[in-house]
Amino acid sequence: MKLLNHTTKYLSLLLLPLITIWAIAFYYAMLEEIYDSLDDGLENHKILLTKRANEDPSILNNTDLNKHVYTFKPISENQYRAFKDSYRDTLMYMYNENDFEPVRIFESKLKHDHGFYKVKIITSMIEEDDLISDMFTYLISLYFILLISILLLNNILLKKIWKPFYYSISQLKNFKIEKENKIITKPSSIDEFQLLNDTITKLIKKSSDSYIEQKHFIENASHELQTPLAISINKLELFLEKHRLDEDQTKSLASVLDNLNRLTRLNKSLLLLSKIENKEFLDEENIDFLNLTKKITEDFEDLLNHRNMSIIIDHKSTPSIKMNKDLATILLTNFMKNAIIHGNTNQQINIKLNHNTWSISNTGITEALRKEDLFTRFKKVSYSEKSSGLGLAINIAIASKYDLEVSYNFKNTHVFYIHF
Amino acid sequence: MKILIIEDEPEMLENMRLTLEREHYQIETATDYKTASSKLNVYDYSCILLDINLPDGNGLNLLEQIKAQSKPHGVIIVSAKNSLDDRLKGLNLGADDYLPKPFHNAELNARVKAILRRLNFDGQKLINIGNVSISPENREVKIKDQVIDLNRKEYDILMYLITNKNRLVTKSALAEHVWGDHIDQSDSFDFIYSQIKNLRKKIEQATINVEAVYGVGYKLNIN
Repeated sequence: MKLLNHTTKYLSLLLLPLITIWAIAFYYAMLEEIYDSLDDGLENHKILLTKRANEDPSILNNTDLNKHVYTFKPISENQYRAFKDSYRDTLMYMYNENDFEPVRIFESKLKHDHGFYKVKIITSMIEEDDLISDMFTYLISLYFILLISILLLNNILLKKIWKPFYYSISQLKNFKIEKENKIITKPSSIDEFQLLNDTITKLIKKSSDSYIEQKHFIENASHELQTPLAISINKLELFLEKHRLDEDQTKSLASVLDNLNRLTRLNKSLLLLSKIENKEFLDEENIDFLNLTKKITEDFEDLLNHRNMSIIIDHKSTPSIKMNKDLATILLTNFMKNAIIHGNTNQQINIKLNHNTWSISNTGITEALRKEDLFTRFKKVSYSEKSSGLGLAINIAIASKYDLEVSYNFKNTHVFYIHF
Repeated sequence: MKILIIEDEPEMLENMRLTLEREHYQIETATDYKTASSKLNVYDYSCILLDINLPDGNGLNLLEQIKAQSKPHGVIIVSAKNSLDDRLKGLNLGADDYLPKPFHNAELNARVKAILRRLNFDGQKLINIGNVSISPENREVKIKDQVIDLNRKEYDILMYLITNKNRLVTKSALAEHVWGDHIDQSDSFDFIYSQIKNLRKKIEQATINVEAVYGVGYKLNIN
C-alpha cells in the first residue's frame, strides 16, 4: 500500500467514531435548546392568556383542546395552592400528518376574579425521529465529503509534496552500481527530503567511487602481474632446457611451472571480467547458438574422447542472439568445459536448444550445488584444483551484459540454463 | 638473421634474448623508445619484437616509423595489456602478429619462425628435417618423398615440435598452441597423449622422433 493511502486509511478509521460522538453531543445540545425555547414560548402564551381572560372571560369556558391550543379547568383553592407548574410530552393526533405526533403540554394554574383554574397549553413539538434520521443523513454525507476531500487533498497536494521522495526512490530502484548510472535527485524545499536526497547522493557517490576504485585495482593488479609472471615462466622454461636435470628435479620444476600457468589463467580471467565490465567488447553480431555449440564441441573433441564422454545436441529451434562473438564463445565454452571437467567419465552431456533457452546437463556429484555460491567469484563448489572459480562469474557478467538470465537446477543431473 | 627486441623490462628482455639466441639468431636489444628509434634508423632487421608500453613513448609510434621505412621487417607486438584495441590498432598499422604476455618460450620461438618463414627470409619454401620435408603452404608432410596423412591437430603438433626442435616443449605450451586458450581449465593435459601416440605411429618411418620428457612435456629429436 502506498504511503499516501496509508494515512488516509487511518484517518478514515479515526473519523468515524469522532463524527459519531460529535453527532450525539450535538443532538442533545440542540434538543435542549429547542425544549428551552418551546417552554419559553408556552410560558409567554400563558401570560398572554391571563391578559386575554381579563378582557374576554369567555375563553375560561374553553375546555376542548381540539378547538383551541389551550383549556381551562376550574379547581378548588386547596388544589390551586398545591399545584406546581409542569411541562410534559405527549402524543396528539395531527390531521395534517394523519398520525400521532409529539406535542409539548404546559400545565399551570390561574386565578381569575375569585375562581381558580388549571390551564393547559399545547404546542407542536419537534419530531425527534425525523430529526435523528435527518441528522444521520447529513452526518453520513459529511463523513463521505470529508473522506473524499482528504483523498483528493492527499492525491493532489501530498503527491506534489512527496514528489521529490518518489522521484528519488524510483531512481534508487533503477540504480545498478555496475552500470555506472548516476542518481539525479530533485531539489526540495522540505528539509527532510533534502536531507534524504543529500544522503542518497553522498552514499551512492561513495559506493560508486569505491566500486570503480576496486575495479581499477583489480585491473591494474592483473596487468602488473603479467610481466613478473611472464618472466618467471620463461626463466623456468629456459632453466629446464639448459640444464640436464633428473626426473625429480624436472617434475618439481614442472609443478612450479604448472602453478604459474594456473596463476596466469586466473589473472587472465580477472582481466577478462574487468574487460567485460569496462565494456571493451563492443562489436555485436547475430550469433547462431546451434552452430557455435557444434563448433565448440569439435574443439573439445579430444578432451571428450580422453574422458570417454560425448555431447548430444538436441535442438528444437536455432536461436540467434545479437551479442559479441568472443563473449558468446566464452559463455558457451565455460559451460561446456564445466560439464566436461565436472561430469563423470563415460557419461554423456546433453545440450538442449529451443527458441528461448540453451541448457546443458551433466552427471556429477550426486547432490545439488549450493546455488547461492555458484555464481560468486572464487566460491569453489567443485573439488577440481585447476578450476579458477571464475568461470561462472564470467558467465554471469556476460549474461547480464546482454540481459540473458543464467540459472542452475539439479534433478539427478546438474543443469545450467541460459534464458534468452 | 638479425632480430631487434624492444622491451623495457630487463629480465623479460633477457629471457627473450636467451630463447632466441638458442636458435642462432643475432639479437639486438633496445630498452627505450629513443634507442629503439635510432637503431631502427640505422640497421635492418628481419624481425622486430615490439613492446608497445615503453617508458618514454608509445610503441605504436615506433611501428609507424618501421612501416614508413618500407623495409621488409616482420613485426610482432608483445604486450602485457592484451587489449582488443591495441591488437586491432597494431595489426592495422601493419604488425604481423600480436603476442600477449605471459607467453611460453616455445610460443615466442614459433611466432618468430612463422613470421620469418612467411616473409621468406630463409629463402626456402620447404622445411627439411631428417628425412621429413614439410610444405607449410599446403600443410603437406612427406617422409622420404612419401606423403603422409596427418589430421589438423597432428600437423599442428608436429610443426610446433619441429619449430622447437631439440627443445623441451611443456604440455601446457603445446596445448595452448594447438587447442587454443579455451582448453586452459581442463584438469590435465593427458588428452594430448593420444594425439602424440597417433602422430608417433604415422612418423615411424621418419628419422625424427617425439620424446616424452618425464611426463612434463615433449621434445623432438633428430636421430
